[in-house]
Amino acid sequence: MANMVQAIRMALHYGEANLGLKDVFGEDVGPPLGGVFTATQGVECAWNSPLDERGIIGAAMGLAFAGDRCVAEIQFCDYIYNTIDLLKLAGNQCWSSNGDWNLPMTLMTPVGSGIRGSIYHSHSFDSTATHIPGWKIVMPSNPLDAYGLMLACLKDANPTMYLKPKALLRVRGEEPIPGEPPLTREGEKQLRDMIDKPVTGDQTNWKPRWPELIDYTVEIGKGKIVRDGDHVTVVSYGRTLPLCAQAADLLREEGISVEVIDLRTLWPYDWAMISESIRKTGRVVFVNEETEVTNFGEHLIRRTTDELFYELEARPKLIAGAFTPGVGLADALEMASVPQLGSIADGIRATAEERA
Amino acid sequence: MEDSALKKTLRNGATTTRRPPPFAVNAKKAALKVRRKGMKLNGAPVSRTQRMTVQEQPEAAAKMSSVSKHKFRMDKELLLKTYDLMVRARLLEERMIKMYKQSEGYFWLGGPGEEAFNVPLGLNVKKGQGLDYDFLHLHYRSNAIALTMGLEPLDFIRQMKNTASDPFSGGRNFCSHISRRSLNIVPITSTIETQYSTAIGSGLAQKRHGGDSITIVNGGDAGTAEGDFASCLIWATRPKKELPMLIIVTNNKWGISTAADTQHGERHVSDRGKAFGMKTMLINGNDVEESYFAIREAMEYIRKERKPVLLEARVSRLYGHSSATGANFVTGEEDCLATFEKQLESSGFLTRAAMNELREKYNQEFMEMSKRVKEEPMPDPSTIYDHTFFGQKGKYW
Repeated sequence: MANMVQAIRMALHYGEANLGLKDVFGEDVGPPLGGVFTATQGVECAWNSPLDERGIIGAAMGLAFAGDRCVAEIQFCDYIYNTIDLLKLAGNQCWSSNGDWNLPMTLMTPVGSGIRGSIYHSHSFDSTATHIPGWKIVMPSNPLDAYGLMLACLKDANPTMYLKPKALLRVRGEEPIPGEPPLTREGEKQLRDMIDKPVTGDQTNWKPRWPELIDYTVEIGKGKIVRDGDHVTVVSYGRTLPLCAQAADLLREEGISVEVIDLRTLWPYDWAMISESIRKTGRVVFVNEETEVTNFGEHLIRRTTDELFYELEARPKLIAGAFTPGVGLADALEMASVPQLGSIADGIRATAEERA
Repeated sequence: MEDSALKKTLRNGATTTRRPPPFAVNAKKAALKVRRKGMKLNGAPVSRTQRMTVQEQPEAAAKMSSVSKHKFRMDKELLLKTYDLMVRARLLEERMIKMYKQSEGYFWLGGPGEEAFNVPLGLNVKKGQGLDYDFLHLHYRSNAIALTMGLEPLDFIRQMKNTASDPFSGGRNFCSHISRRSLNIVPITSTIETQYSTAIGSGLAQKRHGGDSITIVNGGDAGTAEGDFASCLIWATRPKKELPMLIIVTNNKWGISTAADTQHGERHVSDRGKAFGMKTMLINGNDVEESYFAIREAMEYIRKERKPVLLEARVSRLYGHSSATGANFVTGEEDCLATFEKQLESSGFLTRAAMNELREKYNQEFMEMSKRVKEEPMPDPSTIYDHTFFGQKGKYW
């Protein structure tokens, strides 16, 4: 029963053992820490870089130019903003060279709230990321998808961005990763003993014992219906996805049938799945925790009204983060800044009950 | 030779000898050694006059400048090849400027004035695709390098005209924004400094790969104010992880309309490398031979030692920043091609008539190319989404 960081670690190890992954790097990514969330712990090709985001992205691009596949990490997405022009370049090198060059590289960064990270460790990046053409952008909401999406990124010929919802990094999955020990308490301990570096004692020579991992890929661009429903469609990803699923379960008790789609890939997203669901329900709520102004969900609403206006029985809704300069540290401030279970359930209920 | 050696007074008053000691950090020691032993450099005996600097012996300098016959250290065949490539590069730039002025292109920028450095650089690149060959992260004043490496002038003209046949960008990018995967030339961008960051990556890959291939990155002096330049120096010199990189700054002392000495307090850009313990070189990039031997020396060191060199070449910017500043020939800056021509003429290697003939030949050739390109199709609007992702044709979503 791996949690998400364990899943990412196992995917990276699978990548270095089987997919030609040569470098996993960034600030504190290598030993002794293995990443501030330990998502790179034990990965043999992981190494520490200078504290230099521009250098990290530039190095990843150069490695990709040279044909060496890498995963570069920006420690928190809040610190990625000084690399925006490099991200734009990475996204346009294939296009601007008329197809001559491609950059097979993966950028990994933790996003969102949920750890009381204050102003500079709580930001989301999905709206900015989806505004940079040429990147494929994924965001898992559970360990199995975290594993499968990482392998998809490592196989892709393009720049891929892997957004890690930091609130979910320690959440254990309900579906097994192929090769991991059984989904039992015992299996959980077994996995921990195998791949988690003990926090006490001298661990200088510690090495992980990896399970017999096998290939499992979540295709980029494919969403997943995590709750079937008929009355209203909810589209979400990352931290808010499990909250939407919980809200659907609550609302089902009230007689409201909610279909929840885990988008999983933000770009290119699964419009076929979204549109089919909206055609069925006639109602849709988009949920994410990015600030609400020029939010990625607004694009999805625009496309919904453009293409499905006459299918709609209610106004499409966006539930998103408050448009504030940051997420405040205090409990009450963070909770009020980004969608919570209560506000999500209320929003879905309102859309479901709106008169046609 | 003496004449040339003593003319190398850089615009900021700094002086180099004919062939600078291996690296600036060792300059004093090497100069002392040369003086003491009268040793040979590149096979040529060093005369007393050569050992002097202009600052040390201004009268001698004035006397020597009147010497008419120029002596070269490079062999004649190579000199003539270099000259041919320099003329070719210059005439191509001038043709593209004409195209801009005739409204046959939206924007021009390039590198006229850098040929004496860029052609020798192109001659010394280990050309090819993949990690066994040099990687080039260039900026938009690098046409002479790419031409020397074998890219076709016609393709530059196509990009100037932004035709569909432009092989570098399919009509999507400015002129001089070249790209050629088969020669490890990564796409040139307008961002003036990001190449110093991306170069880190191919340097890392080459370090791991082994062999003697290196990463070459160049940029202008203005761009060194950006953080990417500092990133490059830091990553290239991580302890025990030094990278095989030739980090070049072609210093023309301008950033569009802003003079470098109004913005930069460092005496030489190359001095910044000293803080990282790396080899540094400061040369007169307007001198063909000085450039040629310095580049060779730097490359030999990098290929063998797998460590970086920061090389600053003082160059001229002969047509301003770009068409945005008029693209007119400037006076008051040394024209490296004119200097080289004088040397070739005085040495008896070429007559003025032969030089004029060569210029006319390329002028005609490129004029014909520009006419030909006018007839080539422009990009199809339906292709705007092509290559957003690798192999993509048409709209993806």
